[in-house]
Amino acid sequence: MTQAFRIENGGLINRDKKLSFKFNGKTYFGYEGDTLASALLANGVHLVGRSFKYHRPRGFFGAGVDEPYAVVQLYRNGETEPNIKATEQELFEGLEAKSVNCWPNVNFDIGAINNFLKIFLPAGFYYKTFMWPKSFWYRIYEPFIRKAAGLGVASTKHDKERYEHKYEYCDLLIAGSGPSGLAGAYAAAKNGAKVILAEDKPRFGGSLLTSDVNIGNQSGKDWAEGIIAELKTMPNVVVKNRSQIFGYYDHNMLVMSEKVSDHLPSTKKYHPNKRLWYIRAKEVLISSGSIERPIVFGNNDTPGVMLSSAAKEYLKVYGVLVGRKPLVFTNNDSGYETAIEFKKHGVDPVVLDSRKNAESEIIDEAKNLGINIKNSYVVVAAQGYKKVKSADIASISEDKKQLGKIENIQCDCICVSGFWTPTIHLASQSGNKTKFKEEIDAFVPGQSKQNEITLGAANGIFSLDETLRTSFKVGSELSKKITEIDNEIAIPNVVEKKSSQHDKFWCVPLPKGKNYKRFLDFQNDVAVSDVEIALREGYRSIEHVKRYTTLGMATDQGKTSNLNGLQLVSEIENKVVPAVGHTTFRPPYTPVSIGAIVGREVGKHSKPTRKSPMHSWHEKNNAVFVDAGVWLRPRYYKKGNENLFEASKREAKNVRTNVGVCDVTTLGKIDVKGPDAAELLNRVYTNAWLKLPVGKARYGVMLREDGIVMDDGTTTRISENHYHMTTTTAQAANVLSHLEYYLQLVWPELNVNVVSTTEQWAGAAIAGPKSRDLLKKLFPNSDVSNEGLPFMGYMEGDLFGVKARIFRISFSGELAYEVNVESDYGNFMWEKIIEAGEEFNIQPYGTEALSTLRIEMGHVAGSELDGRTIPFDNALEGLVSKKKDFIGKRSLQRSAFTAEDRQRIVGVVPLDKQTSIPEGSHLVKDDKAPLPNPKLGHISASCWSVEYDNPFSLAILKDGKNMIGQKLFAMSPLKNKVIPVEIVSSHYVDPKGERVRS
Amino acid sequence: MLYINCPHCGMRSQNEFSYGGDASVKRPELNKEVTDQEWDNFVYNRKSIRGKHLELWQHISGCRQWIKVERDTATHEIFRTFKADEEVA
Ligand SMILES: [Zn+2]
Repeated sequence: MTQAFRIENGGLINRDKKLSFKFNGKTYFGYEGDTLASALLANGVHLVGRSFKYHRPRGFFGAGVDEPYAVVQLYRNGETEPNIKATEQELFEGLEAKSVNCWPNVNFDIGAINNFLKIFLPAGFYYKTFMWPKSFWYRIYEPFIRKAAGLGVASTKHDKERYEHKYEYCDLLIAGSGPSGLAGAYAAAKNGAKVILAEDKPRFGGSLLTSDVNIGNQSGKDWAEGIIAELKTMPNVVVKNRSQIFGYYDHNMLVMSEKVSDHLPSTKKYHPNKRLWYIRAKEVLISSGSIERPIVFGNNDTPGVMLSSAAKEYLKVYGVLVGRKPLVFTNNDSGYETAIEFKKHGVDPVVLDSRKNAESEIIDEAKNLGINIKNSYVVVAAQGYKKVKSADIASISEDKKQLGKIENIQCDCICVSGFWTPTIHLASQSGNKTKFKEEIDAFVPGQSKQNEITLGAANGIFSLDETLRTSFKVGSELSKKITEIDNEIAIPNVVEKKSSQHDKFWCVPLPKGKNYKRFLDFQNDVAVSDVEIALREGYRSIEHVKRYTTLGMATDQGKTSNLNGLQLVSEIENKVVPAVGHTTFRPPYTPVSIGAIVGREVGKHSKPTRKSPMHSWHEKNNAVFVDAGVWLRPRYYKKGNENLFEASKREAKNVRTNVGVCDVTTLGKIDVKGPDAAELLNRVYTNAWLKLPVGKARYGVMLREDGIVMDDGTTTRISENHYHMTTTTAQAANVLSHLEYYLQLVWPELNVNVVSTTEQWAGAAIAGPKSRDLLKKLFPNSDVSNEGLPFMGYMEGDLFGVKARIFRISFSGELAYEVNVESDYGNFMWEKIIEAGEEFNIQPYGTEALSTLRIEMGHVAGSELDGRTIPFDNALEGLVSKKKDFIGKRSLQRSAFTAEDRQRIVGVVPLDKQTSIPEGSHLVKDDKAPLPNPKLGHISASCWSVEYDNPFSLAILKDGKNMIGQKLFAMSPLKNKVIPVEIVSSHYVDPKGERVRS
Repeated sequence: MLYINCPHCGMRSQNEFSYGGDASVKRPELNKEVTDQEWDNFVYNRKSIRGKHLELWQHISGCRQWIKVERDTATHEIFRTFKADEEVA
């Protein structure tokens, strides 16, 4: 294929590097420096997709971020990505893209039938139609919409790309590298400020790349290149292209998405695909420029109708003619600039100017070049289906209400300019109260809320000279305040052509008897008639009109449609635009990849993984791990072909008969030190702590102020003013914050320090009838007899030269100990225990066996202490002191907490002694009762009792105290199970607690 | 993301802090008789203020100190911050 619409010379592309690419399966060629859009246009391809609702043929409307139509599905390096704007996607060798929203293909699209049925698809169509009848939604409407709608298909594969997050701080952040951004950045950089200059396009310079101006005796483009080159050499400046600042958040935090690899055939090794920058800036200069606005006329969505600035950009930057018979339709001087560029390249444009007479330097130049200009003329409608073939044009009366005789003229593109809309998204996101500027018929930033200043065209200033002068000044002054350096900069001389006042005209009336669609929002197919319907049906607020019609709700966020929509509402409502107000601008300004937002935190990196010092031993010994909060813990140690059930039963049984060892390093540990440590514990725990002797441990329960159990654990008095507190694995961080809260804010008079020591100690629980024999072997020099180390006793010991802490505490209900050593000796300790334990048939046990042992003993854990239970519910009321006050005590007097039939922990056994009861099952009286069947309680934890060899569960049951012996049903609709059960005591094994004291 | 001036560490981003609620709430003294109403006011009842609000934050990934922050709940503007034991005038 030849690039028939590429001019011979000119443009900023690299003609030495030819690139091949595929669009809808066909191979084309372009050059390095092209976008997919410019390369397609160079090949005369105008039809790129179908519209969202009516499936009308759509082409290119813009040349950048404002593009509403040319959204494609991109294929790159074996991956696919939807919602890519062809006007932003840079060409690379081997690029492949496809049209979206059309089936079976873009040239013949079945959905286009919607276009002929458009009378049935007006505003609110989806709300009105698909809501009724309700049963139709799932079967008919939703599948239909799913097939018809959509701007591409997300990949279902795992994303191989990497994405990075970066945090940065700077003095001045400058959004946009047009004239105002360059001047502001340069002045600030010269004053030594730390500057970040961000440009969303690959090339710096903004409007200077396409405008015919001189700055300091060089072309605007050359001046921009010089400034960028100098900024890049400065150590205090970061200059980033392909980087879109898309969100302005609280306290001058802005977020920028840098496309690191999208312009390359594949991502380089060690490079991310995109990098998300969180930038905290002292000052922000918004130099985001402006976007040309369309004039609304009939069939203004036909491929070949585009913004005049886009046509100029395709010509000046990419050397591409968007047509050979252009029609320029304008209400201001910008259209003339495009016409002049066409003329300079040997193409004869016709200019229709809605103004009766307008004079300026630019218009004079056009006239001198012999361009055909028709004043008081408008395009009534574009003609042609898949491409503009001609235009119906007519003269228009001065009040813009009456059209003259319709004429048809041949043309292959219509370049439209309805003046300029400042890009105020970032300013508005910052909280700036925007204001309507009458002279330009558009909103501009008003009073700043954060440290932000908007410059140049984004602020409604369209004179280059004024833009440069104010931008240099602002950049200089803001930086001077920060750096206290004042390096004066000579402001360069500017040569630009003066332009004349634009025409406040934005919509061509319909000719009599014609019913052309006149589109406001091109991406969401919202036409003038849709907004009229919305208003007729009573929608008044612009926010409601937006949601009812979907005006401005597409991925282009109404960049080209907002103001014309507002004009229309204000006209019908007979209000001025500022009274109508604009809808809220919300981040992101442009679509951002989910991958970039997620960054590195995917899969197992979505949270930290903490491992105990004994982790590698567990791995070597066939442990199967389970996530316990952020910890990885052995769930069971697999032997041969054992499954979870068999292994955990074996491990638990071995604890009951011999001795087992469990890694309990993950338990939260807090050092509590100071003369008032006992007093703090006494206030935090529900039981009494003032008289605990040194060398003794005590079990404690702590409440929240609302009386709900927060956590439990044992705390040991190591020495006079030193306590070792343990918490559950899950609550460790919360308990520390809780203690800090009371010490710092409520009782600052208490002289206590708390610090987490979870990671300082490795812990091993040694449990079972033979545990004392093992302990004697491990600590031959210590008296670990029942008298020397009684239940709830504590001592220090010497573990083959390593200092160890020995606690006689039990979670399994067996005779048990817990040994702690400094973390670095954790593995040493573990290996010694295993080695010494061999003769006692020691086996390691995991969390599953640990659970089994605690459940059949009736010990509560996280599944009972679930943030909804008080001490009584857990049969812990014996630990609640009546004598002293403590956190949450007053709440226990609440009537619900003292009710006669208060819920309480019970044991549950299936009548058949066979069927395990799923956790979460509801306990009900009558399994046949009509739904909703009154719930009496729920199963909190289930196990297979190794003591009795049958299933056993714990439950929190209403009036549990008086329910022992009752027969109920456990129902689990999720597992489709109804199990007849008997309620028993929660202390299923060793109810008197004799074993732990043996 | 808010930018909070920790009185101990200086300006830090919000993701280093955790929120702790209304800082004007005073816990009734221990061992003091309080009515149900007083206790409910302490545990549950909070004003949902639109505007200036004195609140607690903990610099959880920093110095771990609880601090008081005077913040506008509507605009997120932060006016002043205080140490836990500082009197708010
Ligand atoms: Zn701090």
